[in-house]
Amino acid sequence: MITVEGLDKSFGDVRILEGIDAIFRKGCVNQIIGRSGSGKSVLAKCMVGLHRPEEGRVLYEGRSFHDMNAEEKRSIRQRIGMLFQGSALFDSLTVIENVMFPLRMFGMMEKEEMRERANSCLKRVRIIDKDHLYPAELSGGMQKRVGIARAIAMNPEYLFCDEPNSGLDPQTAIVIDELIKELTEEFNTTTIVITHDMNSVMETGEHIIFIHKGRKWWEGNRDELLRSDNKELNEFVFASSLMRQVKKAMISNS
Amino acid sequence: MSVLFHIGRYFLLLRETFGRPERFSLYWSRTVEEMDLLGVKSLGIVALLSAFMGAVITIQTKTNIDSPLIQAWVVGFATRQSTILEFSPTVISLILAGKVGSNIAAEIGSMRVKEQIDALDIMGVNSAGYLILPKIAATMLINPFLIMISMFLSIFGGWLAGVETGVVVSEDFIQGIQAGFKPYHVVYALVKTIVFAFIITTISAYQGYYTKGGTREVGISSTRAVVYSNVVILFANLVLTQALLL
Ligand SMILES: Nc1ncnc2c1ncn2[C@@H]1O[C@H](COP(=O)(O)OP(=O)(O)O)[C@@H](O)[C@H]1O
Ligand SMILES: [Mg+2]
Repeated sequence: MITVEGLDKSFGDVRILEGIDAIFRKGCVNQIIGRSGSGKSVLAKCMVGLHRPEEGRVLYEGRSFHDMNAEEKRSIRQRIGMLFQGSALFDSLTVIENVMFPLRMFGMMEKEEMRERANSCLKRVRIIDKDHLYPAELSGGMQKRVGIARAIAMNPEYLFCDEPNSGLDPQTAIVIDELIKELTEEFNTTTIVITHDMNSVMETGEHIIFIHKGRKWWEGNRDELLRSDNKELNEFVFASSLMRQVKKAMISNS
Repeated sequence: MSVLFHIGRYFLLLRETFGRPERFSLYWSRTVEEMDLLGVKSLGIVALLSAFMGAVITIQTKTNIDSPLIQAWVVGFATRQSTILEFSPTVISLILAGKVGSNIAAEIGSMRVKEQIDALDIMGVNSAGYLILPKIAATMLINPFLIMISMFLSIFGGWLAGVETGVVVSEDFIQGIQAGFKPYHVVYALVKTIVFAFIITTISAYQGYYTKGGTREVGISSTRAVVYSNVVILFANLVLTQALLL
């Protein structure tokens, strides 16, 4: 479980986040939604310590990240897996080397064991026989999946995914959403997914946090989302007529 | 932003760079890779430049001091001195700042804008150490060899051009390059080379590491890396020459 308390973040004079309070539950896919540029990635980066918030705290199982010493921070980070918006695979390493990278850096395994572990992660994300290709030789969807494989290589307790299915075709996007859900349930991770894909909000929708104007504007699950009369939330989620029809149909079904 | 801000942040980055490596064997294998990439792959341009510059130095020296009062071996002597003292360590380092410096800044800068450095930090890797330290070690180890090869080829180029064009006689030239040879001058040149290698690598890495934005900014960082490395090398050259030769 990760708790965020009263988090403020600015860049220079520009206030990006203001007074964010949120609880990210264990074994649950917690989704952060909001307009592009609303500060979703900044929030995630504050949570993992890549940005330092001016105010507020981030607690991992009740312990404040920013109060930890360097050693404790490092140990928390080794329990975090993160998939970046642009995958952030290392260009100069092959697929298998990318996945093995955290294991080589911190693992206590023999070379063969590492290879096996990396291969099982790759199999998990359904990347097979691509070991020796470089990231530039993969499609966007494959890069994302390799990014997930690298993120889960160390058996993380906390999994952050920044727009895991942006720029993917709808079918691949669904595969990735399902994969994240599966992994979350199987390993009981605290998963945070940043998305503005309404399809995946409707599919997953366990715990949704809507960021608007730098604040937590709304929070709830999918059923609550369908019934919410929050103006900005409705404008954002049900912007298209298709989504409005989906809403109608889902409400009349239940 | 002010110069002081950059100087302060540069030294903070250096402190992080020299922090404890997570896994020494990984750093070492990266150093070997970088020696190949930054050193061995620069051999071609260093060799080409050195041979031609040596040739030009010899011919120019001869045409400028052509006088019955000056003995014939002086051409070889002058070629050797200008090669060892200045041309190989300083000019070649300036060239390497252009080639290696822009390469380092572009590589680290694009890792920054593609969030690969964030990915390292998230894993708990000391990203500055992992990315920069092997490059510093590699250039400081390999550049002295590049410069020694440059010295040899420059003098050889001078000899070849001088003899081929008939401006010097082989024996005179060889007498000249042996005359009053001080091994300390080579030491001085190598000390300069090592200091310049450190300057090129750290300044370029600094520019790359703090790149903000996108590919356009990577280009800007890369240009800055070359310009600032050159300026600092010229300044350091003056200081080192006074400290080591006076
Ligand atoms: N390192 C940074 N320095 C300055 N401004 C930033 C930085 N990172 C993000 N921002 C700004 O913060 C705002 C929110 O960005 P971000 O969190 O990436 O949006 P999104 O919700 O699309 O992920 C944007 O206006 C962006 O320009
Ligand atoms: Mg984002």
